[in-house]
Amino acid sequence: MTRYFFTRLAGAVPTLFIIITLTFFLMRAAPGGPFDQEQALPPEIAANLESAYGLDQPVWVQYGHYLKSLLHGEFGPSFKYKDFTVTELIGQGFPITLQLGLMAMAVALLVGVPLGTFAALHHNSAADYATMSIAVVGIAIPSFVVLPFLGLLFGVYLHWLPVAGWEPGSIRHLVLPVLALALPPLAYVARLTRGSMLEVLRSHYIRTAFAKGLPLRTVIVRHALRPALTPVASYLVPAVASILTGSLVVETIAGLPGIGRYLVQGAINRDYTLVLGMVIIYSTLLIGMGLIVDLLYAWLDPRVRLAK
Amino acid sequence: MTGGFAGDAVRRLRANPAAVLALGVICAVVVATLLGPWLNPNNTETLDWLHVAARPGLQSAHWFGTDRLGRDLYARTLAGTRVSIAIGVVASILSILVGVSYGAVAGYVGGRTDHAMMRIIEILSGLPLIFFVIFLTVIFGRSESLLFISIGAVGWLTMARVVRGQTLSIRQQDYIAAAIASGASSGRIIAKHVVPNVIGPVVVYATLTVPQIILFESFLSFLGLGIQEPGASLGTLISEGVGEMEAAPWMLLVPGSFLAVLLLCLNIFGDGLRDALDVREG
Amino acid sequence: MVPTLSIDELSVSFAHRSSTVEAVDRVSLRIAPAECVGVVGESGSGKTQLFLAVMGLAGKADVSGSIRFEGKELLGGAAAAINRVRGSKLTMIFQDPMTSLTPHLSIGTQLAEVLVCHSGRSWVEARALAGEMLERVRIPDPRRRLSQYPHELSGGMRQRVMLAMSLLCEPALVIADEPTTALDVTIQAQIIELLRAMRVEAGTALALISHDLAVVAGLADRILVMYAGRIVENAVAGELFRQPRHPYTAELLKCVPSLSGPRPPRLPTLAGQPPQPGDALQACPFAPRCPRAADRCRIERPALLGGSTSQVACHFPLA
Repeated sequence: MTRYFFTRLAGAVPTLFIIITLTFFLMRAAPGGPFDQEQALPPEIAANLESAYGLDQPVWVQYGHYLKSLLHGEFGPSFKYKDFTVTELIGQGFPITLQLGLMAMAVALLVGVPLGTFAALHHNSAADYATMSIAVVGIAIPSFVVLPFLGLLFGVYLHWLPVAGWEPGSIRHLVLPVLALALPPLAYVARLTRGSMLEVLRSHYIRTAFAKGLPLRTVIVRHALRPALTPVASYLVPAVASILTGSLVVETIAGLPGIGRYLVQGAINRDYTLVLGMVIIYSTLLIGMGLIVDLLYAWLDPRVRLAK
Repeated sequence: MTGGFAGDAVRRLRANPAAVLALGVICAVVVATLLGPWLNPNNTETLDWLHVAARPGLQSAHWFGTDRLGRDLYARTLAGTRVSIAIGVVASILSILVGVSYGAVAGYVGGRTDHAMMRIIEILSGLPLIFFVIFLTVIFGRSESLLFISIGAVGWLTMARVVRGQTLSIRQQDYIAAAIASGASSGRIIAKHVVPNVIGPVVVYATLTVPQIILFESFLSFLGLGIQEPGASLGTLISEGVGEMEAAPWMLLVPGSFLAVLLLCLNIFGDGLRDALDVREG
Repeated sequence: MVPTLSIDELSVSFAHRSSTVEAVDRVSLRIAPAECVGVVGESGSGKTQLFLAVMGLAGKADVSGSIRFEGKELLGGAAAAINRVRGSKLTMIFQDPMTSLTPHLSIGTQLAEVLVCHSGRSWVEARALAGEMLERVRIPDPRRRLSQYPHELSGGMRQRVMLAMSLLCEPALVIADEPTTALDVTIQAQIIELLRAMRVEAGTALALISHDLAVVAGLADRILVMYAGRIVENAVAGELFRQPRHPYTAELLKCVPSLSGPRPPRLPTLAGQPPQPGDALQACPFAPRCPRAADRCRIERPALLGGSTSQVACHFPLA
């Protein structure tokens, strides 16, 4: 099992490497540069700036420098936020985005799975239809509509929760953003769990479990849950992608100082290093999630374990 | 296969009240966006300085109120909806064309070409599209043609997969072997035999692609990477509305509700259609 | 002496499109303590559905009538009540060992949980007892098997595990639904032998369901023959084979090829098909295929009549 894991890990590193390389060269190859936004600079100043940021050197040399600094955990200076390096910017914002993302994922799973199971156990009842209707809403309506609406209801009208803003260590400010972020993956997880649970409950081994006189709760939790979760495990990587995407918007609306807004701002300002740094972070997160999911498959189904 | 099949499907669809209702709402919205301007003469440009950030009301000249600059929200919302729907439909058609062709070729040719083509789709599926768009924006700056290309890129993956699956199974059928044996060219076979038989799933996934695309476009516009001023789609309007949330909530509620309802109904209808035609992804 | 299992007028029906299908049609039977009853019939005769209903596993079906286990009524009770009985005193093994065990739990866990649930033992104790039971069902190297997963065992071994699971709490009745059908002939013989030994050792009653008369012949004290959801003959084994009274039973016996005696020019078969679920049932369901059918058979449903050793539901029994 451990050997399998390290093989996958070893495979992931080249993928990351390719992503970094491609991103780097594509950006350098693009027309225009980070300093084109400002008014036309006198050529000497432009040259100075370029030299300061190392842009006057051949592309290969720049690449080499970049890789070296990456190994030191340095993403380079931000072209736009002149007083900060990308590392600093990411360092400040990442913990918040991480907290937001983890909480959203937790809500999506901890609410979605029981909800889907409940719907499956009450198949074709009113409760089933109600649950699945909520799921459609979650899937269809984007977070940048859900969050402001929630904010309007709970913040402006009911005054229960703050509409936007953030304080270190505050949970109240995270409630609405986490909810809005968690809703689409929650809906998917509920739907997937329901479908999969319905199938598993038809299996012969579930019939055996009932025949043994085990109470319903034991049959579901010990016998039915793990096989039913396989499609959910497959969904985890797209779920992370969805949460990352959603965080861009949610952080902007809720005024949370995470790294999501940097990606958008970096794009608009053509801040190379910032966008590059963000791409690396996001890619690492997704690839990492992929590895975790692989381990998860092995745990869910012992047949996979031994085959590897 | 078609006559009875389609009739069967329509019957099943009609038995699904949610889907029928959703379809009704969609039609109502489309009609409203087209006829709306005639009902209320306010246009999207005029700045009504007397009624800046006015509340909505059926008595006043501005049924849905106005925004910060005094522009009529009714007109702007309907115009924005029109833009969103238009982009949704056009981009969907593009991605359907690309997806169907790609999938049909992959499924028909089979073998290693198919394998390679599917690998590409797998890799692309893993990338969240927004990052790709942001990436291109960094390189090329904001532009509306970029917008169209990236939006079109949203829907074709699923479509290609579905069509490939269908094509693969059709390909196995005997009448294809007969057609090949009688000397028909591949192109002709694909056009005459494969395509008509994949219509069912294509229609279903097309209906589901439209809301995906509308959502993606709104998302981009919301972030400021999509439709630029002075044009506006629902995403842009919502973005403005968020800024004015506490002072003028209708600026958020009107376009937000329109988008929510539109997407919800498109999804419900698409789901209903999928159930009625009993389609599975390949 | 209270019969271990007492079934009266049991009917199991399913809603199918716009009509109802009677999988089991007003069946009554008794199983005495330590008795082995063979239940024989073709697919669709209702033999499996009958016992699934007894176990409370009938799913969406409509079950009516009375099922009394050791004197206590099972039908209509609370879930907790039936859970106390099933898996401990009333157990069942199924036809398909390959799919009847949970793939992600170890054999040890699946066995031990029965004891933990029903007799309140600790997991450690339960695993030890499970190991002992595996030995009793003649599984080689039982301790190692406890930590293995179902897919690591052959079909025959899985069926032994199922048997072990059913015996852990010293049941009064074990229902075995086609326990050997999915297995190789050599393994079949071993399982039958195991069932016989188990009965002798533990004095458990056994309901052996099979479409194969040969399987039933070696073990059963009494044999019930089912057709179209009804019992058509119920006789002590020896008598049934010597002198079948129902025409269907006679035809069934003729169909079993014999290893001794001259080889017949062609294998005897039963003409026609058993009634499909949903077919409107004539008064006697076997009438369409019966060589002895008369008008009365097509109008009046024959009741199950007879003495203590032999009962038959036929207007014109063979003896």
